Amino acid sequence: MSLAVAPILVPLFFGALSLALWRYRIAQRVLGLVGTLALLAVAIRLFQVVHAEGMVVLHMGGWAAPLGITLAVDMLGAIMVVLTGITGLAIALFSMGDTPERHEHFGYYPLMHLLLAGVAGSFVTGDIFNLYVWFEVMLIASFALLTLGGERAQMEGAIKYVTLNLFSSAIFLSAVGILYGLLGTLNMADIAQKIDQVENTAMINVVAVMFMVAFGIKASAFPLFFWLPASYHTPLVGVSALFAGLLTKVGVYALFRMFTIVFDHDVAYTHEILVWVAGLTMLSGVLGAAAQYEFRRILSFHIVSQIGYMILGLALYTPLAIIGGVFYIMHHIIVKTTLFLVSGVTYRIAGTHELKDLGGFFRSRPMLSVLFLIPAFSLAGMPPLSGFFAKFIVIRAGVEAEAWGVTAVALLVGLLTLYSMTKIWAEVFWKAAPDTESGEPAGQGSTVGLGWMYTAIAGLAACTVFIGLNGEPIYALAETAAEQLLNPDRYIRAVLEARP
Amino acid sequence: METLMAYIVGAMFAAAVYMMLRRSIVKLVIGLMLLSNAANLLIFTVAGMRQGAPPLVPEGAQMPASAVADPLPQALVLTAIVIAFGVLAFSVVLIHRAYEVVGTDDLDRMKDTDT
Repeated sequence: MSLAVAPILVPLFFGALSLALWRYRIAQRVLGLVGTLALLAVAIRLFQVVHAEGMVVLHMGGWAAPLGITLAVDMLGAIMVVLTGITGLAIALFSMGDTPERHEHFGYYPLMHLLLAGVAGSFVTGDIFNLYVWFEVMLIASFALLTLGGERAQMEGAIKYVTLNLFSSAIFLSAVGILYGLLGTLNMADIAQKIDQVENTAMINVVAVMFMVAFGIKASAFPLFFWLPASYHTPLVGVSALFAGLLTKVGVYALFRMFTIVFDHDVAYTHEILVWVAGLTMLSGVLGAAAQYEFRRILSFHIVSQIGYMILGLALYTPLAIIGGVFYIMHHIIVKTTLFLVSGVTYRIAGTHELKDLGGFFRSRPMLSVLFLIPAFSLAGMPPLSGFFAKFIVIRAGVEAEAWGVTAVALLVGLLTLYSMTKIWAEVFWKAAPDTESGEPAGQGSTVGLGWMYTAIAGLAACTVFIGLNGEPIYALAETAAEQLLNPDRYIRAVLEARP
Repeated sequence: METLMAYIVGAMFAAAVYMMLRRSIVKLVIGLMLLSNAANLLIFTVAGMRQGAPPLVPEGAQMPASAVADPLPQALVLTAIVIAFGVLAFSVVLIHRAYEVVGTDDLDRMKDTDT
């Protein structure tokens, strides 16, 4: 089924096309919209096929598994690809209004397409070395996007971001090498099948922990998350939002993939570590956010804290917990992107990200305030928005698994998240603007292109409400995804028996 | 041979981590370079080394006559080298630019974005 490769080819094609049209900014903008729209379209088509058939497997070049490179899309992969399409489209819309000319001259749009290709590639591949390659495609595009503009903060942030991500790649690569030495295969399904026959389980545990560290750095899990709050608030808001929505989630996705289908031999050992990681990630992220007074830094620390919930879903390793984790990923990608985009609008109008200098937005822009409240409440877990169900499922799974400590942490972190969101609400929207007499934001920024920005934010906010109101069908999707993850036999058979 | 390689790989990893912990950004990049090369050598070593047995199929045969060296790790290493080269080129430009903008090569003075 050649549809599996489409989510990679479409952004690559549009990326190449935008490169060819290097001098034509307007053409690149239009291609940004058309390309992400096309990506969303093929992603939805792929999702429909996966929904109907269970799995889509494609052996590249006609080499049957485990010899060739295999693309294998199951429910989780298909959901992630759709979310990539949604986020990509939202960012393209937002960029229409917010990207400075200088950034467009230096390849903003080609890089965005390449990043999306890398992200989508990571979600559809069924080959561990190929996963490494897509990680690198994504990373190099993100390096360039992060430093585009070349300001001092960006350079400082980029050095930390680049170093830690390259370090994690080296660990990932070493782990792949050792795994290949042990098993002689790179196909994930084949690895999953052969790993049970290895007698040297200590060696397997070492490899498992190496993967955990490598993906933990990418996912910004405790104690490896420091690169994230040091860099995510430095680039253009559109870039921040794209990173916040997708990049860490690729790490989480890889953890979900490896620690369900492949490393399920010693759950008591590996997943116990993950429980601790999850609890500490949630707590340290939310406490970091509580101490911050810069809009995007608060949001960056909240990414860390939310990653903890997703890892908790994986760590508890019950069907309900995995469902909760998958649901949480879906909810989080949408909500986090929205919040970053809102910070872009307030920055455009008031010219600052510092909470103490912002203010008066509720008086001057009530619509924007509502658009902030929806994702903010959703992040904190208010019913009936998507975050409520996501948190509810994970916490319910924690109670059922009788993991009292970590469940208590999850509840406490939910409360502290609400505190952070009310802090932003009170400072940015509710209080009067500090410098002006009318109490409205000074408004030095131009209003050109605000319409595009609002469209992107409103669309994503609508997605949050949609997920919240359609909790049951979305839950069913997450359930299918979790079921596939917890029954690796089906994945293995589907991949190894598929005809090229 | 494997034992020797194991020591070399270990020493390279150690040197890489040591260099990355230094304060100078140039040494940081040297550390990254060593790290990616150490990972490449590791793949090469753990996949099993075999001397003088190229994976060639004799003419007319379907399979090689005797056991041959595994060509796949070399393909992996080649891919990884190319990727590492690209990333390294970027890092070198990055530290040069960072040095220009920040005006120092000392990592301890690049704390503006930390919290």
